[in-house]
Amino acid sequence: MEYKIVVDVYEGPMDVLLNLIEKAEVDIYDIPINLITEQYMNYIYEMEGLNLEIASEFLIMASTLLEIKSKMLLPKEVINDEGNEIEVDPRDELVRRLIEYKMFKEAAEKLRFSEDTELMAYYKPREDLDKYTDFEENFEAMDLNQLVKSLYNIMVKKGHKDISISEINREEYTLEYCIEEIEDKLENAGELKFTDLLSNTCSKEEIITYFLSILELIRLKSIYILQDKMFSDIIISKRMDDMNG
Amino acid sequence: MDNAREVKSIIEGLLFAWGDPLEIKDLSSVLDIEVSELESILKEMIDDFNYNRRGLRIIKFNNSYQIGTRPEHYEWISKLNQDKYKKNLSNASLETLSIIAYKQPIIKSDIESIRGVKCDRALDTLMKKNLIKEMGRLERAGRPILYSTTDEFLKYFGLENLKDLPHLSELNPFEEK
Repeated sequence: MEYKIVVDVYEGPMDVLLNLIEKAEVDIYDIPINLITEQYMNYIYEMEGLNLEIASEFLIMASTLLEIKSKMLLPKEVINDEGNEIEVDPRDELVRRLIEYKMFKEAAEKLRFSEDTELMAYYKPREDLDKYTDFEENFEAMDLNQLVKSLYNIMVKKGHKDISISEINREEYTLEYCIEEIEDKLENAGELKFTDLLSNTCSKEEIITYFLSILELIRLKSIYILQDKMFSDIIISKRMDDMNG
Repeated sequence: MDNAREVKSIIEGLLFAWGDPLEIKDLSSVLDIEVSELESILKEMIDDFNYNRRGLRIIKFNNSYQIGTRPEHYEWISKLNQDKYKKNLSNASLETLSIIAYKQPIIKSDIESIRGVKCDRALDTLMKKNLIKEMGRLERAGRPILYSTTDEFLKYFGLENLKDLPHLSELNPFEEK
């Protein structure tokens, strides 16, 4: 198998075009559109050959080039500008865009120099000046609203525009608690239904935790479960055989 | 405060303790000295620091001042830390940023039409690095976001203000619209 990586990495179709024009050493104001279009298409075929995904931008540029190429074959369009008849070169718009892009690309290169220099300076973080202030830490006078307010202030400072804080409930049902509960009830009753475990106003959390507990107890081989049919209640019974060895 | 030497000494301490960029108006209120007077004092300090080849330099960008080490000392200071995390911007981000810098405020689609490629990722990176900010919206269909550069941008490239940007090459004979 032969690996051949020849495709340079370009920032986009404009970058490719500029590069082709530079390589061909032609005047950007008088682009030999046939030549450049051909080279551009070759570049795209090459990418295709390498199974690289071709971004739609590259295809748009290809169609622009082909459009210009075909327009070049037609008699030139003439527009009337205050009495002066001006021939419109189909390449004008592309040339304008290329030059504009080139301008910013060059500016970016200049900025790269400054970036390289400035990245080499170190700055120190702000001192924690608070440690020089004596704070009487009195949390008793605090209330929840004050806490929320200071959090809000910090978030706003950090640039978070909208924050909503909702109440976070303490986890009421833990796996340990539920397992213990099931074992207790089984000890007394010997057998029970899943629904018996749940309170009348059971929460999602309660159901899930109890269900997980059952799975855990099955894994530990301390219970049997039985379900008649799908979605019917689950009957839980104590598994005795383990104790007998 | 009568003594200019003393004032400079205090400012140096303030800039050191603060670490972050310190705005001239904050310096002014701490020292109770007019902004205009402070500006010339700070200008002198910047020159002094450079002239005396101090290990620190004071930089100015927009209305903020900050004290830090000299880029030319990177070679030595970097030996103190193991991992080098000096990370340049990608070409895509830098190109996008240069377009914003010169044409701000500018909307995304205008940047994209200059670059000929999408620039969402680049904008995202630049926002996260706090080099650009949203400057409101253009009042037209879709109300697109206008982007402009931040003070952090100036600092990042060692510019005092936007006028310090390198000149765009003059090869464009076509009039800007």
